[in-house]
Amino acid sequence: MAEIIQQQPAVLSGRQRGRPGPTRVRISAFMHRHKLAPYLLLLPALIGIALVVLWPLVQMVIFSFQTYGLPQITGALPTQWVGFANFTATFHDSVFWLSLRNSVLFAVVAVPLSLAVGTVVGLLLNRLGRKMSLFISTAALLAWATPPVSGAVLFYWMFSPDGGVVDWGLSKLPHWLVGSTNWANYNWATTGALPAYTLIALLVIWQAFPFIAVTVLAGLKTIPPELNEAARVDGASPVRIFWRVTLPLMKPIYLVLLLLSVIWDFNIFTQSYTIIGLANSNEYNLSLYIYQKAFTFPPTYGLGGAIALIFAFILLVVTVGYVRSSVRQGALT
Amino acid sequence: MTGLNLAATRSPATAAGSQPRPRPQSAAGARTSRRVKAISLNGLGLLIAIVTLLPIFLMISTAFKPSHEIYSLTPHLLPSHPTLSNFRQVSSGQVTGGIGSVWLFVRNSFGVALVTVLIASLLALLAATAVARFRFRLRTTFLIMLLIVQMVPAQALIIALFLDFKTLNLLGSLAGLVLVYAAQALPVTIWMLRNFVATVPKDLEEAAAIDGASGLKIFWRILLPLVAPGLVATSIFAFITAYNEFIVALTFLGQSHSAYTLPIFLQYFFGQHGAAWGPIMAASTIYTIPAMIFFLIVRRRLVGGLVAGAVKG
Repeated sequence: MAEIIQQQPAVLSGRQRGRPGPTRVRISAFMHRHKLAPYLLLLPALIGIALVVLWPLVQMVIFSFQTYGLPQITGALPTQWVGFANFTATFHDSVFWLSLRNSVLFAVVAVPLSLAVGTVVGLLLNRLGRKMSLFISTAALLAWATPPVSGAVLFYWMFSPDGGVVDWGLSKLPHWLVGSTNWANYNWATTGALPAYTLIALLVIWQAFPFIAVTVLAGLKTIPPELNEAARVDGASPVRIFWRVTLPLMKPIYLVLLLLSVIWDFNIFTQSYTIIGLANSNEYNLSLYIYQKAFTFPPTYGLGGAIALIFAFILLVVTVGYVRSSVRQGALT
Repeated sequence: MTGLNLAATRSPATAAGSQPRPRPQSAAGARTSRRVKAISLNGLGLLIAIVTLLPIFLMISTAFKPSHEIYSLTPHLLPSHPTLSNFRQVSSGQVTGGIGSVWLFVRNSFGVALVTVLIASLLALLAATAVARFRFRLRTTFLIMLLIVQMVPAQALIIALFLDFKTLNLLGSLAGLVLVYAAQALPVTIWMLRNFVATVPKDLEEAAAIDGASGLKIFWRILLPLVAPGLVATSIFAFITAYNEFIVALTFLGQSHSAYTLPIFLQYFFGQHGAAWGPIMAASTIYTIPAMIFFLIVRRRLVGGLVAGAVKG
């Protein structure tokens, strides 16, 4: 908080004296001459961001090139620079590749599904009467508002063998429809990566589609109705109108939604930690694996740092796309 | 129903399958098909709303169910003998693994979130004023940095954050969480506030300055009242971010049970007593309802706020 106080004397001293004193005049003249005001206003926020994001990012890079584990924490050995050894070890680690695969596959499945469900709901909200769309959007808002941990516990329970509605429902359906699995005792979270991530995907879609729907709706409202009207008079089918008129006009919005969804779905931690936990290493994703490397005994910060850096690099590629498309839409003006 | 022109969600088969050109129809036929369309669209909407609400409904109704109803072989939508016993159990702390009453964690969560909001709003308002009111050399750099920082996930930084806050002796305390949360909330709150500051007419400030008002006075008397609605929206956003945050709290709080925030408490409770579904759902309900209320308050601003930086709000 020291930063805030620093910039106040210039203003405060004048106020205390009731009339601009010589010091105040000098400081304000100095600030004016060097155009310092905006920098002083930015400073507190910048210090906060630097301390909590930028400096830790630098530290992560440093850790990933060091041996930093139990001996270094206890002080038995000093940290040592080891070059790319942590990365080489990571690339020879089968759990890393498994985690990467799980993260990528999850995003590849969950992102298009969230976008599709969100689009359908957005189009519906645009077409339905006021009361009906208010009802749907309120329902969606509540799903969106549910904190991730609550959602994860809730979905875990709904898909669990003890009293979960999904297993109960599946066990009541005929075998030709749902296969001969013993659904009444099926544990989605621990049986394997596929059922666990299916469960998490449903949860993530449930929480993500409302945001996509309202954003799509906001985009639809900007499309002049004459365009749809004209296409319809020309005999275009609704589906064709969507693909040929609506979608091209909404391309920038979809690009942003796509990139944001990729970033969000690629780094799900809360849901996967709550539902999967750290016990089954064959169900890890990158976030879980970083956490496991660093915070289970014995801690290996160097290896965890290397995986975190690879993880951050993948996200950076997507983020650059996001920043570019935002800038192109004039977000900086 | 004026917007019947775009049945994008309906399969084209119903409209064009049997007759390639459905347009030359009798007026009565057109009316019927329009009604069928309206009914099926409303039906689809209703179905989506119900499926969406079902998990929330089950959470709340289970919180009020006595345990023999929760474990009955056929699940029921509503409790047939509603009870407050689950809430009583989490209130007294007897089922929560002995780490305390749920209200302790409610207080922790609200405390952390409120202090986060105060710090983040103040810093963000200053920064937003700089960005909206001044053209300076590093302005674009700063804005782009915000966009990137907003996207850096906590997982990528958590090891360094943990070690830094360990050095600062701020692990296991709510103060450490507040510092991280305030900084994390800044990028989005600055993006949101900057648009609100930009809408305040500059003439007002200039007029006040000519009348001899000091910078601070202009800020308090003119800028602040006019950006207040924006400040409410960003505050709620920052509040929700802090209220939902998981990985930093999980890592920082460790075994300091009395400092747990609600998500960490719920996760711990769930991990320790995975089968006590009644009390778990009661705790989950207590945690979820405030978040829902906040979302309902800011619902009209949600789109602009959360795509802040993506689509200019």
